[in-house]
Amino acid sequence: MTSVTPGTTHRVDSIDRYLARRRWHLLLLAGMTALVLLTFLADVAIGPGRYSLGEVFSALLSPGQATDVLAVVVWEIRLPVASMAVLVGGALALAGAEMQTILDNPLADPFTLGISSAASFGAALAIVLGWGLVPLAGTLLVTGNAFVLAMLATLSIWGISRLRGVSVQTMVLMGIAIMFFFNALLGLMQYLASSEALQQLVFWSLGSLAKASWGKVGLLLLSVALCTTIFLQARWRLTALRLGDLHARAMGIDVGRLRMTVLLCCSLLAATAVAFAGTIGFVGLVGPHIARLLVGEDQRIFLPMAALCGALIMSLTSILSKTLIPGILFPVGIVTALIGLPFFVSLILRSRKELW
Amino acid sequence: MSLTVNHLSCLMGGRLILENIDGLVARPGEITALIGPNGAGKSTLLKGIAGLEHVAAGSRITLDGQALGNSALAPRAEHLYYLPQQLGSSSALNVFEAILLARRTRRKESGRQGLYRVRDMLRALELEEMAERPLATLSGGERQRVALAQAMVREPRALLLDEPTSALDLHHQLQVLDWLSRRAQETSTIVVMAIHDLSLAARFAAHLWVLKEGHGVACGSPGDVLTPARLREVYAIEAHVEWPENEPPRITPLTATRRLGI
Repeated sequence: MTSVTPGTTHRVDSIDRYLARRRWHLLLLAGMTALVLLTFLADVAIGPGRYSLGEVFSALLSPGQATDVLAVVVWEIRLPVASMAVLVGGALALAGAEMQTILDNPLADPFTLGISSAASFGAALAIVLGWGLVPLAGTLLVTGNAFVLAMLATLSIWGISRLRGVSVQTMVLMGIAIMFFFNALLGLMQYLASSEALQQLVFWSLGSLAKASWGKVGLLLLSVALCTTIFLQARWRLTALRLGDLHARAMGIDVGRLRMTVLLCCSLLAATAVAFAGTIGFVGLVGPHIARLLVGEDQRIFLPMAALCGALIMSLTSILSKTLIPGILFPVGIVTALIGLPFFVSLILRSRKELW
Repeated sequence: MSLTVNHLSCLMGGRLILENIDGLVARPGEITALIGPNGAGKSTLLKGIAGLEHVAAGSRITLDGQALGNSALAPRAEHLYYLPQQLGSSSALNVFEAILLARRTRRKESGRQGLYRVRDMLRALELEEMAERPLATLSGGERQRVALAQAMVREPRALLLDEPTSALDLHHQLQVLDWLSRRAQETSTIVVMAIHDLSLAARFAAHLWVLKEGHGVACGSPGDVLTPARLREVYAIEAHVEWPENEPPRITPLTATRRLGI
């Protein structure tokens, strides 16, 4: 089995090292899962209504015995919001991780490639002009529009990629062009909007988890589960993409098809997340980078780790947005950027590993 | 039992890159060197055989008697493996993971079989000390040896190498080619290798294919192919060719027959 030449001693056994590294990664994954669970519970426990930890958890475990108000607060408000935070973070980080992988660009994420801008413009159409792009009832008008435009933005990036001789760099530039295009249209909407609509629009574009509901949580969970399954099935092929297109093709991988499938999944993830929670930058970019720092680029570990990092960031953000100034709920989009960025920059400067 | 290429043509963007390459044979257990000046179509030919470049209708490529044509990539990559010349990678994947990846994209296997094979390759190519280093931190030569390990760990029937020694120092060039020719013999693998260094080609290859401007010029043993007249025709150089007894052949380029200048 092994081909060790007699008489030679090997100072390292690469298999032992590899397995040790894998165990360490799995441990990190377990630790991160526990951390996300912890912040999720803290997110549920903390809120403007001053209930004690004991009260909240007994309402969680046995809703029948809690007072009506407390049961509603915990089950209808805090749990959906906390679940939404975890799922939105996970979805955006997954989308960012795979966009970075398939576009071979460390700056790719739903925000930088214009998907969020497109969604904001869709929302603006509904808020400012009352236009609906999908035949939906009033409450879902904003969400529906945002979703349709986010999908449209990604599909146009994909459409461009179908043209002959288009490189991934062209796709990234196309995404940036889409971002500027929709930002300009968004500006136009803001210019036209009444002051009331403008306020609503600004609030939406800063990102908010406040409108979470079990229905939205369910839909988001569905798209995260679906896309994660597809990504994990392609885990080796996705890892191989990091060696470059030609090398991946030499390994028998249909690179064009893989890129298309994954891009469609990313657009579904980003569109659902943005449609429900508004534009939240940073998570989709940073979640994957932190995961890469921690566990490298083997997609078997990298993928769940990126999702967990995103979930942790959003969950912490949700807590911070409530507790920074008691009584005031800050938009999560602002909190992620202001609190998260310095942390991220320090992380990058400290590690200085060549990550890309 | 061999790899054959007949009547192969290849068009790219309306330009004929390869025209009717015919009668090429590469046999298992030996190295076949593909030589020719820049732009002769060496890479295109290797990619065409590997199925990475579309070949014109009528082109006939067979592996062990089976016609390959323009068959799909995935089944083809189980038997053939093309090692690209450009190994652009800034990946955070480490060396062990990268070689394991090459194995796993070829076959599904459970248990530690794959891990043992990866370790064999690391040890054979003296890479085990750097097994945990990310690809992005490797030098060009180290990266090339990792790529060779990635190729061999897949245990392909036919290996198509695009200048596998271009980034290696002299020691590693000789070491790697010596290992490659022994491995080819032991495992009865077909190896076709595009290479610029004619001395290395003459020394390690049992068979040479010569290309010039998209045409096949010659095909045969190094002794038959590498003559001063042929080198003048193909490379436009004057060269001194020596075949001393019990010693490797010596091919010394003397002058270019055309000079640059205004």
